[in-house]
Amino acid sequence: MKIAIVDYGVGNLFSLQSSFAAIGADASATGDGEVIAGAERIVLPGVGAFGDAADKLRRSGLDRVVKAAAERGTPLLGICLGMQLLLEKSFEYGVHDGLGLIPGAVLPIRDVIPPDYKIPHIGWNALDFTSAGEHCPLLGRVRPGEYVYFVHSYYAARCGESVMATADYGAPLTACIRRDNVYGCQFHPEKSGGMGLNILRAFCYDC
Amino acid sequence: MITKRIIPCLDVRDGRVVKGVNFTGLRDVSSPVALGKYYSDAGADELVFYDITASAEGRRLFTDVLREVARTIFIPLTVGGGINTLEDFDRVLKCGADKVSVNSGAIRDPNLILEAARRYGDQCVVISADVKRVEGQFRVFARGGRDDTGLEAIGWLKKCVGLGAGEVVLNSIDTDGVKRGFDLEMLDAVCNAVSVPVIASGGAGCIEDFVRLFQTLPKVDAGLAASIFHFGEVKLQDLKAALAENGIPARILSQAPGSAGESPR
Repeated sequence: MKIAIVDYGVGNLFSLQSSFAAIGADASATGDGEVIAGAERIVLPGVGAFGDAADKLRRSGLDRVVKAAAERGTPLLGICLGMQLLLEKSFEYGVHDGLGLIPGAVLPIRDVIPPDYKIPHIGWNALDFTSAGEHCPLLGRVRPGEYVYFVHSYYAARCGESVMATADYGAPLTACIRRDNVYGCQFHPEKSGGMGLNILRAFCYDC
Repeated sequence: MITKRIIPCLDVRDGRVVKGVNFTGLRDVSSPVALGKYYSDAGADELVFYDITASAEGRRLFTDVLREVARTIFIPLTVGGGINTLEDFDRVLKCGADKVSVNSGAIRDPNLILEAARRYGDQCVVISADVKRVEGQFRVFARGGRDDTGLEAIGWLKKCVGLGAGEVVLNSIDTDGVKRGFDLEMLDAVCNAVSVPVIASGGAGCIEDFVRLFQTLPKVDAGLAASIFHFGEVKLQDLKAALAENGIPARILSQAPGSAGESPR
């Protein structure tokens, strides 16, 4: 199986590539639209600020490639900022458009958590499944209550029934979303130990 | 609920782990790769690799080793030691580090924090400070705790956070190596001054020291130690279990390492 990790000049893809290698999956980082369009699975990574990442994705032309592939039914996994890019809009330093593959908006965590909670939300937090999450293939190899690693200051809001799991940080923060073949993790599966590798396995073989 | 993080720290010189590693059951105790994997499998929440190499040759070796460690473990990895420029950030991040810890480099040029946070994000920049009481003041020391910089620690750390540091590692020189517990007074002062996660370092001698740390100062996010883990005086599994027993949120591995693949619901 060919997995394309979308390389649009944001962040470092070394850990993600190593994680797929560790589970025996054939994943490579690429900025080549044809390779991405032809892949059987697509991973959209991302770190940093939304506006900058969305610009880079658009300028590379890969936004259209990724969107078209997802609309054809290719399983797509957005990770961290890559998950946020799947949504319609972000309000991180201005208003920016996302890919609009899943309904929702990106808002500051600060708006929903108690004032004494620190920003960013950084560390290992437990996954609480929604009722839809109980049947989400991406989470099929993970049990509710298991820990994954988060680092973020903004969160996915207004995702409605697309929310598969949340993490409690004084408020339930969206941890995992899904709409048909499009999946997103706010946490970093590539940094979440054995649990994270299980989620990547599920994306490769169960989604 | 977010868990308290437990972080083993490994000092690396010329590509090998140095000082006080005394494991049984691990063939090559001075291999950073073997030791990193051991801790990762045992439930460490994060690892810190500290490069104490002086030579350019050793630094290249460290970079090679780092790449191998990052390929082997799948938990967050912080790298410190010899970070003085944005190029140093770039070098270790390309090898798979997730966060970069600056200490003396930031004292020499505080703008390093600002520039690195702009380029890589706040979450990537960790300010590490070696602090000691001098004349009734918490004072920042440089060069591995050798030089008194004259900087007052609380003000310094506030400034670093203002410049974009996303985490603080507070290493108390006063309690370091004494093994009588973390420096709760110093940690409390820092926690009250900064809004970012604080990692306690220096002084842990036993499991109870971690329990006391998190019970007394719920604002502390993580505990870091080296030799007590390396010598097996404190086992990560036992420590996590003790934290959980005392009502402190801890990440307990739910399955044996290695069997991670096969647990469909």
